[in-house]
Amino acid sequence: MLQGHQTWVFDSKPTIIASAAVGGPHEAQGPLAEDFDLLHEDFWLGQDSFEKAEKKLQEQACETAIKKANLKKVDVQFLLAGDLMNQTVPSSFAARTLGVPFLGLYGACSTSMEGLALASLLVDSRFAKNALVCVSSHNAASEKQYRYPTEYGAQKPPTAQWTVTGSGAALVADHGEGPKVTSATIGRVIDMGLSDPFNMGAAMAPAAVDTIEAHFRDLNKDPSYYDVIATGDLGRVGHRIAGDLLKKHGLNIPEEIFTDCGILIYRKDQPIVLAGGSGCACAATTTFGHFLNRMRKGEIKKLLVIATGALLSPMSYQQKESIPSVAHAVSIEL
Amino acid sequence: MSNKKKKKLTPTQLEYQAFAQAREPKRPIVLNCLKAFLVGGLICVIGQGIQMFFVTYFHFSQESAGNPTVAVLIILTVLLTGLGVFDHIAQWAGAGTIIPVTGFANTMASAAIDHRSEGYVLGVGGNMFKISGPVIVYGVFSAFVVSLVVIISRALGVM
Repeated sequence: MLQGHQTWVFDSKPTIIASAAVGGPHEAQGPLAEDFDLLHEDFWLGQDSFEKAEKKLQEQACETAIKKANLKKVDVQFLLAGDLMNQTVPSSFAARTLGVPFLGLYGACSTSMEGLALASLLVDSRFAKNALVCVSSHNAASEKQYRYPTEYGAQKPPTAQWTVTGSGAALVADHGEGPKVTSATIGRVIDMGLSDPFNMGAAMAPAAVDTIEAHFRDLNKDPSYYDVIATGDLGRVGHRIAGDLLKKHGLNIPEEIFTDCGILIYRKDQPIVLAGGSGCACAATTTFGHFLNRMRKGEIKKLLVIATGALLSPMSYQQKESIPSVAHAVSIEL
Repeated sequence: MSNKKKKKLTPTQLEYQAFAQAREPKRPIVLNCLKAFLVGGLICVIGQGIQMFFVTYFHFSQESAGNPTVAVLIILTVLLTGLGVFDHIAQWAGAGTIIPVTGFANTMASAAIDHRSEGYVLGVGGNMFKISGPVIVYGVFSAFVVSLVVIISRALGVM
């Protein structure tokens, strides 16, 4: 049911009956390593290209989530998947393996919550009994496509972020045990004219702020309603900007509940990550792994995740276009 | 950002950009310059050492030792790139590693490694010059212009 301008409230409370997170070597060194179902030491996952490795990450995340729900592949009714690659091939190829009716998504790094919102919508509207959401990103595959070759020795500025290698999957169903998806706020595309792909946090922060404000306005709730409010991949730079911008706009989110997946996923002393994590898998693995695990333990009861996506392409950047951004918020409650 | 670019932005965008910029960590330029000076200088010292080695042991002249010296530096860089070490050194050293011949060798090797999965012809061959291509194009072109200027000025008796 639509509430306010852009928020869906799911009356039937679709349930996340299972979720999985798969990660790579840098995620294994991070503080959330325990929350991953599978961690790979090998950047290539034994494949002969980074793109194939990313496909493998998705396959494993989907299979783990399905297995955790005690289901078989044939029991999954719809797959909604996305990633950062051109023509989202890792998702399509993983969908080929799963053989499930498939909808491909692209929302850059916001795809995880875009997918979760759509899967919940399918289940809530009774167009599906269950739907599987899966997103992935691979550090080297993204660097290769969006920036420079992986081994290229250009110095990155301190605002740059590190694309998470991993995949997160969540199975949403109309009944069962687990955290419930209660609402979703679909964000507008915001463009503040920033054009530096090494400073995506600052480009995406206004989109996150816009969606957060819309969420609380539409639902007429106070931020203190939630135990944790997490942005997707703003990193240390973007998260600080978003926090200050919200304050400036008069929305005070208590600092102890306002966090960012891109900050949580890596240790501060992992110098390679600079301002923090990014990529589809950043919000996905942190939410479907870390946060949902904490919810199942009862540590978090009400969670709001705002996944942020920078909608640039290597070509749009070379053509001197600015970076438009979008953010989607999904609330998950016990 | 240039003034021309700024003109296209709305006041809200400008206001946000100033707001964001105040909260962004800056590149530590002085420190980066110092690191670049040290590492760049070190590479030159190594190069000098290699050159002296060729002159002393292989009877090269001071001038003809230049080519094998550059070749050794390139091979070393390509090795370090392939072993996945070079980009970490470069993140620390910045211009110190990218400006000498090591930087050029790295651009070609890294692009070749990245696109190996698309095959030798279209992958490695087609992408090897992805980053170094512009350097060659404009390097050759500017050398052409400079030599043209020299030839004309000689013909006119200026030089």
